[in-house]
Amino acid sequence: MDLEYGQRYEDFRREVRTFLDKHKPKDSPGGISGIRRKKLVEWLSLQIDEGYWARTIPKEFGGYGAEPNLLETVIMDEEFNRAGVPRGMASQGASMLVPTLLEHGTDEQRQRWIGPTMRGEVMWCQGYSEPGSGSDLASLQTSAKEDGDDFIINGQKIWTSTADKSEMIFILVRTEPDAPKHGGISYILLPMDTQGIEVQPLRTMSGDLGDNSFNQVFFTDVRVPQANVVGKRGEGWRIANTTLKHERNSLNSNSEGTILKLMRLMERETTNGVPAMASPVFRDRLMKLQARSLAMKFHAMRMVTCSLKNENSGVAGLITKLRNCQLNFDISALAIDVMGELGALYEHTEYERDRGYWQSHSFFSLGLIIGGGTAQIQKNIISERGLGLPREPKPAKS
Amino acid sequence: MDFGLSEDQLMLEETLRSFLADRVPIGRVRDLRNDDCPNNREIWRSLAELGMTGILIPEECGGSDLNLLDACLASQSIGYSVTPTPFVSSAVMVPTALRELEHPLISGWLAGIASGDIAFGIAVTETFSIREGAGIAIDQGELSGKAMMALDICSADLILLAIGSEHLAVIRADAPGLKKARLITTDATRCTSELILESVAPEIIFEDVGKTIARMLDAGRIALAADSLGACEAMIEQAVAYSKQRKQFDRLIGSFQAVKHMCAEMISELEPARSLVWYAAHSFDALPDEAPLMACHALAHVSEIGHEIASVATQVHGGIGWTDEHNVHFWFKRIGVGRSLLGGPGLLRERAAEIQGLAKSG
Ligand SMILES: Cc1cc2nc3c(=O)[nH]c(=O)nc-3n(C[C@H](O)[C@H](O)[C@H](O)COP(=O)(O)OP(=O)(O)OC[C@H]3O[C@@H](n4cnc5c(N)ncnc54)[C@H](O)[C@@H]3O)c2cc1C
Repeated sequence: MDLEYGQRYEDFRREVRTFLDKHKPKDSPGGISGIRRKKLVEWLSLQIDEGYWARTIPKEFGGYGAEPNLLETVIMDEEFNRAGVPRGMASQGASMLVPTLLEHGTDEQRQRWIGPTMRGEVMWCQGYSEPGSGSDLASLQTSAKEDGDDFIINGQKIWTSTADKSEMIFILVRTEPDAPKHGGISYILLPMDTQGIEVQPLRTMSGDLGDNSFNQVFFTDVRVPQANVVGKRGEGWRIANTTLKHERNSLNSNSEGTILKLMRLMERETTNGVPAMASPVFRDRLMKLQARSLAMKFHAMRMVTCSLKNENSGVAGLITKLRNCQLNFDISALAIDVMGELGALYEHTEYERDRGYWQSHSFFSLGLIIGGGTAQIQKNIISERGLGLPREPKPAKS
Repeated sequence: MDFGLSEDQLMLEETLRSFLADRVPIGRVRDLRNDDCPNNREIWRSLAELGMTGILIPEECGGSDLNLLDACLASQSIGYSVTPTPFVSSAVMVPTALRELEHPLISGWLAGIASGDIAFGIAVTETFSIREGAGIAIDQGELSGKAMMALDICSADLILLAIGSEHLAVIRADAPGLKKARLITTDATRCTSELILESVAPEIIFEDVGKTIARMLDAGRIALAADSLGACEAMIEQAVAYSKQRKQFDRLIGSFQAVKHMCAEMISELEPARSLVWYAAHSFDALPDEAPLMACHALAHVSEIGHEIASVATQVHGGIGWTDEHNVHFWFKRIGVGRSLLGGPGLLRERAAEIQGLAKSG
């Protein structure tokens, strides 16, 4: 066991720190809507030029072109975290589509989409879930019928995050209606302004129609060239599974910063003149959460080590999403409790603490428990793939 | 950066686990509970032959001078097979303390632990919680008073004894004036006792060694966390194995989602806890400033998840899990009593808050 990174990596860390000291955006790093987009694109482009975003993506596809190096990634994440700014951008395009194109796309698709996606010029939404197909995604019904060199798409997607603000969508559709469930699906890219696509925003439980919007997307005779398929026709399920793997990896959110924020809140927040931190009950809950957070932090270090050594992490590698999402939800619950009745405040009401962060964080963490494979689906995966328990017997066909 | 086990560490674990599976299987543990004290000296001696009792002892005293992480892997393996042996006390806490102290007798004692000729017991409960009017006082070089829940006394030759939280003494287990009474717990694989001292002449007293006591407690807590972690690991393995073999409603019970999810919950709690215990042990070896906090968190956290795992793994067994005839209760009780020793989760978390300046100490 050796937690030192060594000289070369410490030099790298210093470079990242110097970069952040100099260039870190003063207020927000921009956003996807309206004028904030321009600021976001500038900030992301600068990070790519300096090699702190799209670092290992080849230059010809708009990246920085460095060799993959896990420790560099860990250091960049640590330093950006410390500076309190996101590294790059957490988006479906960057975290799911780009890795998929790198693995399965044609050179033309890679050249056309990766650079603009990483720079934030093109936003993507993920069109997987349908009203009748969520956990059982492979049962999806949205159809794409062949018509010359094109497909004609009809159907509906739902829970599509940021569809109202995205230029593009990557979508799973059924192209081979006679093939078995998993074998008839294709993975297709298409512009959101294609004729026949209609987006209807859905207000989320957080009331949010902002950057985390939720939508339904309707497709009526939407024409898309067959060349927009990623990989082969009918292989969309396999390809989507690589994307889902990337989604799960990108959900390894780190709770250390949130615990620190909670500690500061507990020191400030008083009831009858007594700070929350002076309450043995709240303190005990805080310490419980801190232990869980530390365990997850060290667990991530262990998983990084497994990757570095090319070791199979086994069941230990399957539990991260389940435990982290629940932990984040529980952290916000304590924060809301220590604020007493004022913990209920929302929508920038007077007296709201930390600008309403905790109620939002609570809603958001609950969403992550469900999205990207629910907690129950995670437990199915852990027990069946991780522990080798027998699969559910298929019900007899009636 | 390497946050993983070395080849040597994996081998140590493998060696000890297969030795214990072979030589101290659960049937033998079951027999040992009928003895006056389950800590059989033969087991202690064979652990010494394997080099386990000397892990934290300097080479010149016959030990291998390894790290607490190595000792924790051994402790975890011992917990895994619920072996009755004074490992946490005699092979972890006592060497940690004695190595920081100076006295001509110490090297002989350490050599005795490494060779298996000597086993220590330990009485330190009163450094963190005083009950039943316990406490030891020094009067003209002699010790009088009472110590509760002293560990591994019955099979010990010598006892390391805390006097308040600043002084330590070593006494002989057969010293005149010492009365020992075993305090039976639910866990038949461990030995806990009450000591009554009436003008006992110590072999030696070390004064003003508060730091050493604190560090010894940290080591003990981390090693005890490892013991419980190993017991949790074994319980989950048994629950998973049973669910792949027991049928109800014409199906393996492991194909019922309720059972699967019980198992998934258990393993998803165990694996991060393992990472926490590794880190705590490593901090003790390499990042001493972090160790007191990590020791508290490691033991408190493992005790919390252990409570759940011990219960759920037993439930997976159904009625047979609640019998004496089936063995799973040995692990349940090992985890349960481990939770009570060396502090308990509430006290440890309060200590964790104090260490970070979040609560007033005292
Ligand atoms: C914040 C958020 C963002 C999202 N973003 C997107 C997006 O951008 N694009 C997109 O395509 N989708 C998105 N989704 C949808 C998400 O992937 C689905 O909601 C999720 O997969 C669950 O599907 P469902 O909603 O149909 O629920 P269901 O599958 O109907 O599940 C309902 C309940 O049944 C349980 N259940 C279902 N099957 C099983 C089983 N086999 N075993 C045990 N329990 C089971 C579930 O765990 C759940 O508790 C998002 C969801 C959320 C919450």
